Amino acid sequence: MKDIVILGAGTAGTMMANHLQKKLNKDEWKITIIDERKNHYYQPGFLFLPFDLYSPEALVQPIEKFIPRDVSFVNASIDQIAAGENYVRMSDGSTYYYDILIIATGADIAPEEVEGMMDSEWEKSIFNFYTFEGALALRNKLRNWQGGHLVVHITEMPIKCPVAPLEFAFLADSYFKHKGIREKVKITYVTPLSGAFTKPQATKALEHLLSEKNIDIVSDFAIERIDTDRRAIIDYGGKEVAFDLLVTTPTNKGSKVIERSGLGDDLNYVPANKATLQSLGHENIFVIGDAAAIPASKAGSVAHFEAEILTKNILHYINKEPLAEEFDGHANCFIETGNRRALLIDFNYTHEPVTGTFPFPHLGPLELLRESHMNHLGKVAFKWIYWHMLLKGRHIPFVSTRMKEKGKHFA
Amino acid sequence: MDKIIAGKTIAVNEEGYLIDFSQWDESVGEELADEQNIELSSAHWNLLHYIQDEYKKEVPLTIRKIGKSGVVDIKGFYQLFPTAPLKTASKIAGIPKPAGCI
Repeated sequence: MKDIVILGAGTAGTMMANHLQKKLNKDEWKITIIDERKNHYYQPGFLFLPFDLYSPEALVQPIEKFIPRDVSFVNASIDQIAAGENYVRMSDGSTYYYDILIIATGADIAPEEVEGMMDSEWEKSIFNFYTFEGALALRNKLRNWQGGHLVVHITEMPIKCPVAPLEFAFLADSYFKHKGIREKVKITYVTPLSGAFTKPQATKALEHLLSEKNIDIVSDFAIERIDTDRRAIIDYGGKEVAFDLLVTTPTNKGSKVIERSGLGDDLNYVPANKATLQSLGHENIFVIGDAAAIPASKAGSVAHFEAEILTKNILHYINKEPLAEEFDGHANCFIETGNRRALLIDFNYTHEPVTGTFPFPHLGPLELLRESHMNHLGKVAFKWIYWHMLLKGRHIPFVSTRMKEKGKHFA
Repeated sequence: MDKIIAGKTIAVNEEGYLIDFSQWDESVGEELADEQNIELSSAHWNLLHYIQDEYKKEVPLTIRKIGKSGVVDIKGFYQLFPTAPLKTASKIAGIPKPAGCI
């Protein structure tokens, strides 16, 4: 009997457990998935929770519900990976040996990286929506907030779901309008990037929306510290932005397990081949999702496309065949723009988001890089797809693993 | 497009970043720095050579990485290149605009 061990039962790890369970011979392979948490959160919902658009209950399910029966779920915390010796040591001292290891330990916020962020104002006037608790605390704050200067901020890249902070700014505009207090709220979007997004075409579309919604943008802002007394964020160059309410996206980092195991880069992400997802350090270790140091977005859609290719590559590896160099960095993201409308972007390592239709060339029904109500419905429907299809590793109809170029308007 | 820098015809993109690093030399760096009103000191040169080396090793650059490089801390980096330091330094060093992240 041989062992595949998956570390992390989030989006990526759970999908891998489901895929591999269907493909591997049960008499030959035992699959184990390890996670210290009990709950699986629908992370895209954290964006909506602060605005009372989703209830907290709708975003949580037990992890176990999504782990196939033949896969053993170990609900305990990991101390470190002994990569040279092919085992994982648990905090209680027990060990799990593996023939193949899949690292899916994700990324988490590290607000302690910025001086002042976690001091006296944390969850008083400084919030984040990247955790369930954070998003819930922010919802409670917004319910009673009477207005002032709302600053939506990104600390540094890379972050999970890089468009989420922009979406937050758009949804905030819509939320305060509905509350009838928009004129009492000034919204500023502060980013370390030189514009609203990293890709030029999408940046143009998004900056147009920002100005239409009367949201100011401060770019090239690399935060050094927060002055909690004066409620201001200050950058290394001395620029300051004062706030009444700061919704920040703290530095994101990979798991401490990776740091303890000496397998990560300076942000605890594991270097991997960007086309095969095999780790660069060890041929029997593979990396998927936010945990990987590859130049793809940290997003659920990316993990979904990666899972299909990684499953193939695990089978190739077992059969001693060359790995498929197939992952193209494909990401597909809905961008909520408020008022029940959304944009959709589709891009990969080589192509930036462009206009066009999705998933069917020329037919849509979804439109790329243009606001529409249909796109919003797509985003809302995605919650159901996530719980019922995506985690179980079911193929989503018409959505291809590699990006399609047909029906898209490349320059 | 082509641009005359330090008397040489050099290919740059629409944002002014060099397209071909092999066309760069120190006189090009000096003229590009001059356009940004920066007078290059030895501290500037140390940093520029460091980021060129990282570029040649295909290591993606971030402000965080510069801060941990041992060449300069982030505060010092901003003193050398006061606005958007990583982009400005990359342009002067003749390497592509840092990709940021996606």
